[in-house]
Amino acid sequence: MPESEILNQAFELGYTYTRSTGPVVGRFLTGLRDRKIVGIRASDGRVVVPPMEYDPDTAAELSEFVDVSSEGEIVSWAWVKHPREAHPSTEPFAWAMIRLDGADVPMVHWVQAGDESDLHTGARVRARWADETVGFITDIAGFELV
Amino acid sequence: MADQQDTITGIDVPVYLKYNFTAGAGPARFLSQVKNGKLTGQRCPRCQQVYIPPRGSCAACGVATEEELVLPDKATVQSFTIVSIPIPNNPIKPPYIIANLVLDGANISFIHLMSECVNEDVRIGQRVQAVWKPEEEWDYSMDNIRYFKPLDEPDVPVAQIGKLPVSGWEGMSDA
Repeated sequence: MPESEILNQAFELGYTYTRSTGPVVGRFLTGLRDRKIVGIRASDGRVVVPPMEYDPDTAAELSEFVDVSSEGEIVSWAWVKHPREAHPSTEPFAWAMIRLDGADVPMVHWVQAGDESDLHTGARVRARWADETVGFITDIAGFELV
Repeated sequence: MADQQDTITGIDVPVYLKYNFTAGAGPARFLSQVKNGKLTGQRCPRCQQVYIPPRGSCAACGVATEEELVLPDKATVQSFTIVSIPIPNNPIKPPYIIANLVLDGANISFIHLMSECVNEDVRIGQRVQAVWKPEEEWDYSMDNIRYFKPLDEPDVPVAQIGKLPVSGWEGMSDA
């Protein structure tokens, strides 16, 4: 064999994790399966989406679930020109912080838009639900501009 | 509100790391010999340690290991573990043994399977030999060896493991 022959081979390392959701995140995911987005009220009255288990200020256990809208506005965003394999879209898209109506803090998801110039801070977006929902964050198949 | 039975309590969140592994010059020379059924170690010109599988350099001395030598397929058990828990996607049924084995003439161990043995009788210092796949199945892989099986030879004392010459026990008695 000549010294220059290069041997290479694909190799996949898989970590097949399963995670327990706990009652709060479980409630959020169960809501997604029913095509609803559920937040939780913090001690200062803010509605947090996705819901957190403990208050960010007092660390008290939280339990007051609040339904929020599946529509909201873009607070900030980053355009992905060249999506990679693990990304949720094969077309260029935006990662965005989206403040849903009825919520006080934004959550991260992705936005489908034809072009970067279609997006702006404050743009109105709406969740697009997957054809089949299973109780996972991908039940929202991205947001689209309203 | 969803029925209590229907509440989501767990999710699958696998992580897959996809590599394209390139062997590099040293390991490529080793693997091309393995394809021919030969186990080729590389010797460090400074400390004289023999590495197999070689990486093309000596990790201790930081120099290239150009000199190659063909080693026999006899080895000594340096350490081992009896695997009792099934690993997802692994076709081998427990209990089975994976062992750190040092080939005769080599100074470092590699990991391989042991079989044709009584698991409870496997011990450090035990002598073993490779059981190869049929030649037509040989590839650039240590899987050309199916497993190692016990040899009817005296055990190697712990202090001598990794110090046998290429000729194995025979070479020791000559010395």
